[in-house]
Formats: sequence, C-alpha cells, structure tokens
Amino acid sequence: MKTLALNILDISQNSIRAMADEISIGITESSEKDLYQIVIEDNGKGMPPDILKNVTDPFVTTRTKRRMGLGLALLKYHAELTGGNIEVISEEGKGTQVKAVMSLKHIDRQPLGDITGVIRILVAGNQGINFIYRHITDAGEYRFSSEETKKYLEVDRLYDADLLDSICAMINENLLELKVSGLELKAEAL
Amino acid sequence: MSKITSLADLKKRREELKAGLDVRIKALDPESIVQVKVSMATCGIASGAKTIMDFFLEQLDRRNVAAVVTQTGCMGYCYAEPTIEVKLPGQEPVVFGFVDLKRADQIIEKYMKTGELVDGIIPVNYQTIDLKE
Repeated sequence: MKTLALNILDISQNSIRAMADEISIGITESSEKDLYQIVIEDNGKGMPPDILKNVTDPFVTTRTKRRMGLGLALLKYHAELTGGNIEVISEEGKGTQVKAVMSLKHIDRQPLGDITGVIRILVAGNQGINFIYRHITDAGEYRFSSEETKKYLEVDRLYDADLLDSICAMINENLLELKVSGLELKAEAL
Repeated sequence: MSKITSLADLKKRREELKAGLDVRIKALDPESIVQVKVSMATCGIASGAKTIMDFFLEQLDRRNVAAVVTQTGCMGYCYAEPTIEVKLPGQEPVVFGFVDLKRADQIIEKYMKTGELVDGIIPVNYQTIDLKE
C-alpha cells in the first residue's frame, strides 16, 4: 500500500463485507496540531469482543478462504511509523469505527494519493451503499454523499463513466480548494 | 468545459450528457449484461486492483459494452492478483488472474466481445486451502 487512499479502500472493504449500508470516511488534517486523522465508520454487523481484541493481529480474520487479515495491521503499521496509532471500536449489530491518528508533518506519513479514484470505485462498485466522504483542513471542510448526489441528480445509480468523471472533477476541485496535502490527481484532471 | 464545484454544476453537466445516459441505463438488467467482479482485498489492492477497476469502469462504458462492474472481497487467489471474475450472459463465470492493463484490454476486446478465451484463466478445479476450526 503506497498511499493512504489505498488503505482506506482496503478498510472500506471490511465494512462492505460487514453488510453496512452506510460507510463514512472522514479525514481531518491540522497543521497547527500536527494532526492527520482518518476515521472510517460503518453501520454493519460489528465484531464480537474476542475478534475485536486481536483485530490488528495479521493472523486474525473472520475469513475462511485464507487465515490472514492484513488490512488493519498495515494501517496500524503506517500510523505507528509517524508516532501515531489506530483505535477500533465495534459493537455487534451496531457497526464499527476505525480511527487512525498520524502526524501530519512526519516524513514517513504516506501521501493521501488518489482518494477521488477510491471514492469513484466505492460508489460505482457498491450502488446500494451510501458513502459519505468528509475532509477537513485548516482552509475549511468538504462533504460528499453518494445518496445525496443520487437524490439531487434524480438517478438510481452513479455508474455512467462521464457522470463519474464529472463527480471526480467536482470532488477534486473542492479538495484543491481546501489545499488537501498529498493529493494525487489523475493526469486528465490536472 | 467549465469547472464543476457543486451538485448544481454536476446536475447541469448531467443534463448535457443526458441523451447518452438514457440509452445505457436501459441496458442495465444484470441477467442480460456482462458482470465483472474485481477482487479488492488487501492482496488485490496492493497488486494494482484499483487501476484495473478504474480501467473497467471507464472502458466498458466508453466501448459500449453493456456491463456492471462491482468490487468483491478476496476470492482466494492471492498468488494471482489482481484477479477478476467475468460472467457473460447465460454462461458460467470465468476467473482471470494476473490482470494488467494489457490483459484487461484483451478481456474486453476478445472475451467479452467475441467469446474468445484469453490467457490467464484460473481453472475451476483450483482449490484454495479452506481451513476449518
């Protein structure tokens, strides 16, 4: 995983497997507090306490196909490299929250990467789930919700390539406005 | 093209695109179109599955292939990531491994459009280790 956006895509996959119908991805960066915080929250089925206790252990997973789960372990590793950590709160039947706290200015903090591309994949690949993406920087806040966008546009699905390109362009414009750090834009969006 | 910064701009842009959209939306009945599942677990993402999913989302629409692309979890073929499962209408699903952009292009042009098999198929009798408690 070379970017935080890929880590977010990976952790979101856990929420999708947990049958969540709303997944919220929040990123807060503050240069004053030297803080970079990622919070991924879902309303899925949650985890039992025995799994939760060892959730960042790479050899703990709910899968039976393979007995390793590297997603949270990798995020924890990347957070710890910057002097931060991750916290996982989960309640069966209610949902899970994964919070990663990192140092914004640390040299080992991964760049954010193509977060817009990740939102595009999540929204297009999981039409029944409402994805909420929130980004807060010193310059302000931006919020995107796939369900609100569908309602506003009066469409059932966000799937057409041109429409998805337009959504990515909208998110990118807003993130550029917020001066989001480590943002990677696809060549055609530059 | 003017900048799109709000939902209102997005709606305006969609109105411009609407003629093309309607034709394609009508064709989205899952049983009559190609279904593509991209494996998006840690192994897949680390091997480049995001690029492959981006490619299919973009190119299937642009090349007028009636298809639905979804993401799925680990399919158990970690050694061959990125892996995708393609189900043509009325046929059994086929899993392709080691999918890079060149192979993804071949899958669209040859397998999806003409039914010709391309390299990289993971045999159906391949078994993953299924450990039980």
